[in-house]
Amino acid sequence: MDIQLTEEQELLRSSIQRFLRDQYDFDERRKIVATDEGWSRKHWSAFAELGLCAAPFQESSGGLGGGSLATMIVMREFGRHLVIEPYFETVVLAGGLIEDAGSPEQREAFLPNIMDGSAIWAVAWAEGRSRYDFNNVTTTARRQGDNFVLSGAKAAVIGAPWADKLIVSARTSGGPRDRDGVSLFVVDRHSANLHLQSFKTVDGRRAAELTLMDVHVPASQLLGAEGEGVVALEACRDRAIAALCAEAVGAMSVLNSATLEYSKARKQFGVALGTFQVLQHRMVDMFIALEESISLTQHLSLSLAAREPNGSKLASGAKSKVGYAARFVAEQAVQLHGGMGMSDELNVGHYFKRISSINIQFGDPAYHLMRYAQQS
Amino acid sequence: MELNLSSEEAAFRDEVRAFIAENYPAEMRVPNPETDLSKEQMLLWHRILHQKGWIAPLWPKEHGGPGWSITQRFIFEQETSRAGTLPPLAFSVTMVGPVIYTFGNDAQKQKFLPRILSGEDWWCQGYSEPGSGSDLASVRTKAVRDGDHYIVNGHKTWTTLAQHADWIFCLVRTDPSAKPQAGISFLLIDMKSPGVTVRPIITIDGSHEVNDVFLEDVRVPVENLIGEENKGWTYAKFLLGNERTSMAGIGRSTRYLERLKHIVRTEIGEDDPTFGEFIKEIARVELDVLALEATELRIVAQMSRGIDPGPAASLFKIRGTEIFQRITDLTHQAIGNYGLAIREHPVSANRFMPGPDYGHTATEKYLNSRKLSIYGGSNEIQRNIIAKAVLGL
Repeated sequence: MDIQLTEEQELLRSSIQRFLRDQYDFDERRKIVATDEGWSRKHWSAFAELGLCAAPFQESSGGLGGGSLATMIVMREFGRHLVIEPYFETVVLAGGLIEDAGSPEQREAFLPNIMDGSAIWAVAWAEGRSRYDFNNVTTTARRQGDNFVLSGAKAAVIGAPWADKLIVSARTSGGPRDRDGVSLFVVDRHSANLHLQSFKTVDGRRAAELTLMDVHVPASQLLGAEGEGVVALEACRDRAIAALCAEAVGAMSVLNSATLEYSKARKQFGVALGTFQVLQHRMVDMFIALEESISLTQHLSLSLAAREPNGSKLASGAKSKVGYAARFVAEQAVQLHGGMGMSDELNVGHYFKRISSINIQFGDPAYHLMRYAQQS
Repeated sequence: MELNLSSEEAAFRDEVRAFIAENYPAEMRVPNPETDLSKEQMLLWHRILHQKGWIAPLWPKEHGGPGWSITQRFIFEQETSRAGTLPPLAFSVTMVGPVIYTFGNDAQKQKFLPRILSGEDWWCQGYSEPGSGSDLASVRTKAVRDGDHYIVNGHKTWTTLAQHADWIFCLVRTDPSAKPQAGISFLLIDMKSPGVTVRPIITIDGSHEVNDVFLEDVRVPVENLIGEENKGWTYAKFLLGNERTSMAGIGRSTRYLERLKHIVRTEIGEDDPTFGEFIKEIARVELDVLALEATELRIVAQMSRGIDPGPAASLFKIRGTEIFQRITDLTHQAIGNYGLAIREHPVSANRFMPGPDYGHTATEKYLNSRKLSIYGGSNEIQRNIIAKAVLGL
């Protein structure tokens, strides 16, 4: 089932690889993270110029038609380099939602700016008590003439401090946990009465808590059908999971090769670490974890590309299995690097932290294991 | 689980409990005492225990210990850790102190022991080196005799809280031609000596606990040598034995487990699909703690009958650290999306941190606890010790 990349896909991959190798090494990333803004517009523009921001979108939307396989290729390389820029938030989440659920007018209004790299987006679905459920929404949106008026709070919105536009889920009808009645709105980040409290995330990103106190949004900014936001978000999550799995696979592959190299070079008790059988077996298990994760990630991306009916169940399965595998690889990479693995100076700890964030975004491995089990 | 206590022992337990309740400084109750307290704040409780005569339970009475039985020491350890008090600096009280009173000469005992007890001197441990990891016998820091001094050159690393230290106890190589373990000496070095430089190492949780310590032509008076030259390995092993038995951490794990239960009850509804998973995992860890605690009590009972647990103490290090790592992992998972956030260092109440208070240290604790299976002899090494010394493999 190994994917044979087309010539076009191979070109996409090699152009990202070349760019990241030349311009996005670990030191460069560290500098970017340490800036006031915390991300690099210069690199972002380069991503757009390479066509990455347009890669997954359909040709009818003005994109390059690469679909979920293009996302997989990009995210895997981003995972290898711990790319900090909000590609996942802007292109995969928001762009995907707009293309999937938006009206032709909205697609036309928003997608070009995403594809040419001129707009940054973030998606605000979580709330303080929602955990990973999209239906758990207490933020409200009530109709007032030509506007919706949004009130409530959204939690841990990654990329919000960087974003120009937000997609916010709010309840237009129903009770606090009803599946129906959640709607999605495109909200300008600088809207009146929208307040952000920013914070740094463990993996070097920026996120914010959002407070909405009667934020007025034109009715034209309702994304998708009123009350059907959960369905749109679920489809968004399937794509998000495929992207996060690919990113995790990229990160795992770096950790495995770094650990292997270290175990050959590092001497303890007069011999290389890698000669200890207990560590050999550990690294074999890390190898197996990576191979299984590559396979499941490819399987998921192909299923989503083909719009297979069981795609959503498979997405949860992959989020769980790849999540546990990535955590194992990350924890053991730190363990086998010893004290160095604990230091901020070495890259290993930063991959570890990115993987622990991936395991929280859109639901942890245990959550998705249960969701997988419950899907018939 | 409790020991079977005599009425005197039960009275002692009540006394300890009451003393903690009345005297533990409120300002030491911060979200993460290991990283959030200043040196002066960390020493507050130390000084209170010193005044009471309880600072060094392990020490013989003649050197300033309280003269407790093994059971009393255990009760004290249990009560203080259950109450979440910050333990007095282990490098001073548990590690170098016993080495000095066991192997040091009278002048050394008189000079150093009172200042350890009072908290006047803060000690750090110069064992690990960049190339050494769990293989301590590979120490490369050199000490060359020059008249009444040793000239010390080398690089120690992962030195915990060296930024506060007045003294460092070091393993140094005094005989480069001998077999690795045979040429090592145990040297006490004043951190104010010219040529000692401390450089912070920031860890993945963002905190500054550990350091590099560089020693460049540091002149150390020969009177700071412990015991005999080239016998340092014996003293080092003695010290490591003390380190490992204190690693079960039952009290701490029990406290963090209670907190985890509270978080799960507050955060995760019974209708949440993962609620059952959490309940199951918590039960599993609780049984792990129970089994380790029972083992600890069994060993305490054996010790009070004069049986030395020996290398089986590695069991406590292995299981104690694995259990605590699991608890911090589950706690991080329990706070859900807020597990993405981490406090910035230096910690300040002015910096915004999202989500409920009980989750604010969950991420850093999860990251920080990864060190537990690495330091003090990695868990792989501890398993080797049991395989070799207990099972005879």
